[in-house]
Amino acid sequence: MSEFTAVAIFLLVGTGIVLFTFLLAKIIRPSVPDPVKLETYECGETPYGTAELQYNVRFYIYALLFVIFDVEAIFLFPWALVYRSLGLFAFIEMLIFIAILVFGLFYAWRKGVLKWF
Amino acid sequence: MSDIFLTNLTFYVLSFCVIAGGIFVVSSRNLFHSAVFLVFTLFAVAGIFVVLNAYLLAAVQVLIYVGAVAMLMIFGVMLTTQLTNVRLRHVNEQVLPALAVCLFFLGFLIYGLWDTPFEIARAAPPPDISYKIGTLLMTRYVLPFEVVSVLLLAALIGAVVIAKRDRS
Amino acid sequence: MLELRGLIDDIWDFIAGILTGLGLPQWAVELFGYAVLAVVMFGFVAVVVLFLIWWERKVSAKMQDRLGPMRVGWHGVIQTVADALKLLQKEDITPKAIDFPIHFWAPVITFVAAFMVYVTIPFGEGLIVSDLSVGILYIIAITTFTVIGLLMAGWGSNNKYSLLGGFRSAAQVISYEVPLTLALLGVIMIAQSLSLGTIVAQQSNLFKWYVWRQPLGFAIFWVAATAECNRTPFDLPEADSELVAGFVTEYSGMKFAMFFLAEFVNMFTASALAITLFFGGWMSPFGPDFGPSWMWFLGKTMFFVFVLMWFRWTYPRLRVDQLMGFAWKVLLPLAFLNILLTGIGIYIFD
Repeated sequence: MSEFTAVAIFLLVGTGIVLFTFLLAKIIRPSVPDPVKLETYECGETPYGTAELQYNVRFYIYALLFVIFDVEAIFLFPWALVYRSLGLFAFIEMLIFIAILVFGLFYAWRKGVLKWF
Repeated sequence: MSDIFLTNLTFYVLSFCVIAGGIFVVSSRNLFHSAVFLVFTLFAVAGIFVVLNAYLLAAVQVLIYVGAVAMLMIFGVMLTTQLTNVRLRHVNEQVLPALAVCLFFLGFLIYGLWDTPFEIARAAPPPDISYKIGTLLMTRYVLPFEVVSVLLLAALIGAVVIAKRDRS
Repeated sequence: MLELRGLIDDIWDFIAGILTGLGLPQWAVELFGYAVLAVVMFGFVAVVVLFLIWWERKVSAKMQDRLGPMRVGWHGVIQTVADALKLLQKEDITPKAIDFPIHFWAPVITFVAAFMVYVTIPFGEGLIVSDLSVGILYIIAITTFTVIGLLMAGWGSNNKYSLLGGFRSAAQVISYEVPLTLALLGVIMIAQSLSLGTIVAQQSNLFKWYVWRQPLGFAIFWVAATAECNRTPFDLPEADSELVAGFVTEYSGMKFAMFFLAEFVNMFTASALAITLFFGGWMSPFGPDFGPSWMWFLGKTMFFVFVLMWFRWTYPRLRVDQLMGFAWKVLLPLAFLNILLTGIGIYIFD
């Protein structure tokens, strides 16, 4: 058995317990549906259109930046693990790796991409 | 019934999840549902990595594909104008060329699978596999490691260009 | 004092004894054993959350010179139990415009992701369900599902406030995820391990705490973790004056309760991680075998939970542009600087 057996069991049992509490609540709670009650909340007004709107590209840019730096962080994890046993060479390698990306970060900064407004 | 049976069972269940999830991804008419099924599929792939004792890869799979790529897709989906009830015709008008291309790739895949000697590892993978990956990355594969940063830089500059174009 | 060392092993042996007695094979015993541990852990998490909610209300009240809950039980200790029972009986209003499967699974994913972290949190000596060899990476990976949950809740509700709230939260969480992950690299460089059990074992007394060698790393981690938990001053997703209730606007009853629970579970997780990585985890500061290990764990963790509550009544909420700018322009460069300094430090002192 691998050390991840516990993870699989936690996933199944956790989901099971949550679904069980939903079921329990379904049995004991009242259910009095009403067309007005089931209206989407919009400060008491009749909802205007749908919420499936086209969204601001700004969020997408942050998601892109996140992907890039997340991938970078992942590459640094195995490096960090062996750094002490490899010494100076590994340090210089990492320095080049990070320097290139820090350059990218400052480029994005200078171009005003990190500005919210 | 033994460990090996359970491992096999887990593998088949996960493979089923991957394939079923993949089919839902391409067949769903709701882009957001597709993205969510993609998350499910990629998570099941991470499960297969766990079955193969590649824990580091499994964690990386979840972190990069579920955490980053799939999420990027959800954000990307939000940029499209029509999300639900996409009225696409699921019919291909160029049946013959499509068939030819598919058959070509099928043959290619079968040849590849046939030709690859799948060696069965007799010994359990070493417990310090993450260290081994780290050491290899810093010694033998140090050039690809550095090239990755240049690739990421290119992606970053691409993102900046997209952002600038949108703003102006 | 009650010593819980090896409690998990004891539970394990007890169950294994019964099941093997019944003639079940080894694999069934193992699966069932983990299932029991999962249920026990769920119970523990539930009790901790009930306590934390009460405590948060009490701390808030004291800081504002109020009394807080006083009626149900001694100083209102079982107030949250009453609240939980109330939520269980609340009608589940699911508006007809929602995308049902997405809306339904969002709270489940959010809570289960928060719960699964507890597989590899070391609660005390021998009190860890499974000391994963990739522990830190596992925790970072699993917590990214929280973002998926947020996005699903925001989109599935088909409500403008939910959508804005969900996307704002997701953008915030991913922005702070980057400095948080990078801040942990310093600890990994020193510890040469991703396993939380090993990292705790290396900090066997006060002077070996990693916070002394990673002060900047800890500062970045703690600020980013506060933001990840959506706590003040980073509680924009819950800015009720502008977004009603953010991504939980269309949730009620037990589904709302799951989001609420997950939030407090994450708060406890963030504090537990902070002490495990930087403050010696369950190790006592005065060398080994000084008081029960689980007491040290709970004491230290609760202190950091208290710090989060303290933040809430100390700092005003940030503006959204300040929030994103802070992650990318301040924390991220600092995280790189921390890696650089750690690298130089190790090279000099090793």
